[in-house]
Amino acid sequence: MTRRLVASAVAIAAVSFLPVRARTQDVPRQPGAVYDSDKKGEKPAPAPKRDLTGVWEPAGGPSGGVQATGAGQYPSDGKPEHELPFTPLGRETFMAHKPTFGVTQVPSALTNDPMPGCNPQGFPRIVLHNFRTSRIIQTPENVVVLYEFNKKWRVIWTDGRQLPKDATDPTWGAPDPAESRWWGYSVGKWMDDYTFVAESNGFDDRTWLDNAGRPHSDALHVIEQYHRADRDHLEMSITIDDPKMYTKPWVAVKLRLRLQSPGFDIREMECAPIETEEYNKQFADPAAGIDAK
Amino acid sequence: MKHNFATRYLWLFALLLVAVPALAHHGNAAFDPTKRVTMKGTVTQWFWANPHCFLQFDAKDESGNLVHWVAETSNPPDMINHGWSKSSLKVGDQVTVTVIPVKNGKPIGRIAAVVLPNGQTLDGGFGPLPQTGGSAGSAGGGSK
Repeated sequence: MTRRLVASAVAIAAVSFLPVRARTQDVPRQPGAVYDSDKKGEKPAPAPKRDLTGVWEPAGGPSGGVQATGAGQYPSDGKPEHELPFTPLGRETFMAHKPTFGVTQVPSALTNDPMPGCNPQGFPRIVLHNFRTSRIIQTPENVVVLYEFNKKWRVIWTDGRQLPKDATDPTWGAPDPAESRWWGYSVGKWMDDYTFVAESNGFDDRTWLDNAGRPHSDALHVIEQYHRADRDHLEMSITIDDPKMYTKPWVAVKLRLRLQSPGFDIREMECAPIETEEYNKQFADPAAGIDAK
Repeated sequence: MKHNFATRYLWLFALLLVAVPALAHHGNAAFDPTKRVTMKGTVTQWFWANPHCFLQFDAKDESGNLVHWVAETSNPPDMINHGWSKSSLKVGDQVTVTVIPVKNGKPIGRIAAVVLPNGQTLDGGFGPLPQTGGSAGSAGGGSK
């Protein structure tokens, strides 16, 4: 069942990249980065086999992965084609969330978004909300993704272990029952020489899926695909599978990434409570009508 | 039935959305995206940090009263991508600031653009005025 679901997700994601949408990019651009618009007419070298390593940037420009109004393939904009396949519980949970973006947005003072104040947004929200320049590192045992946004990282195990099905799996060293995690548990494998698929579960259901308050449950299962299209490009997709909240899986994000130079330095983007407090005091609270005492 | 109601509910909210900024992640609801306010002022603070940077400056309103404004941008990485830096502004700089004001009438907003003392214009990254559905932005009149 899981294998069939993964295969379906891979197929859907693969088809949906044809054709890969080209983005016109004028400004903004990250200094030192290379975008597809800089290399018109290029003929990239073939993809290396089973290799995701490097620094990756949205190929169309730095804003390509910033999804303020919700998951990139399903922004919360009221359009019928972006309506998610909610279960009754999913819709009820979504309507109980009070995001600061999307069709159910509220002023920031009224939000119940679990992320503000430098709380962890976890995975997959980091990708469904704010995927920026990221470094991927491969070792014999795992694939590690270092994310720019809030300077976070996660490990996808490739040593053959399975996702924790229950509390007693000793592979993970997890207690009984296995604790839920902000970033879940992730395992991955190569489907062919150019396609790597990871699966994740075990999420802390206090997090949201995206910036628009889309919910998930403790049954969330995420399928993450990386297809090395050529030397310079990686196609990434995220599929959400949560039968408690959604009647069927849905592809939330598709991003085409471009390889940057080996010496490309990812900037620091840290969420510091001391700075957030100052921002709220000087700006966000007065903007929301909350006066200082 | 529930679905139809919910769909109409979502559409109602959608109609209230006029513009979506590309950068910020701290919400649109407090701001009036159909307006722009442009004024000359003196910088009192340029706070370069996450989650968002903000500029504090003093500007005179229509009556000549000095008004203290606070206006945000997006975060430092986004602003670097738009050509800004930590040293773009310093205390005492005479600048012309265009803001997207909050709806509650306070001298608070988002920076649409800043003209620096050397004449350079920095784009705030919140996009142009909506093409439809809004009144013309106020300009040149100081605080509202």
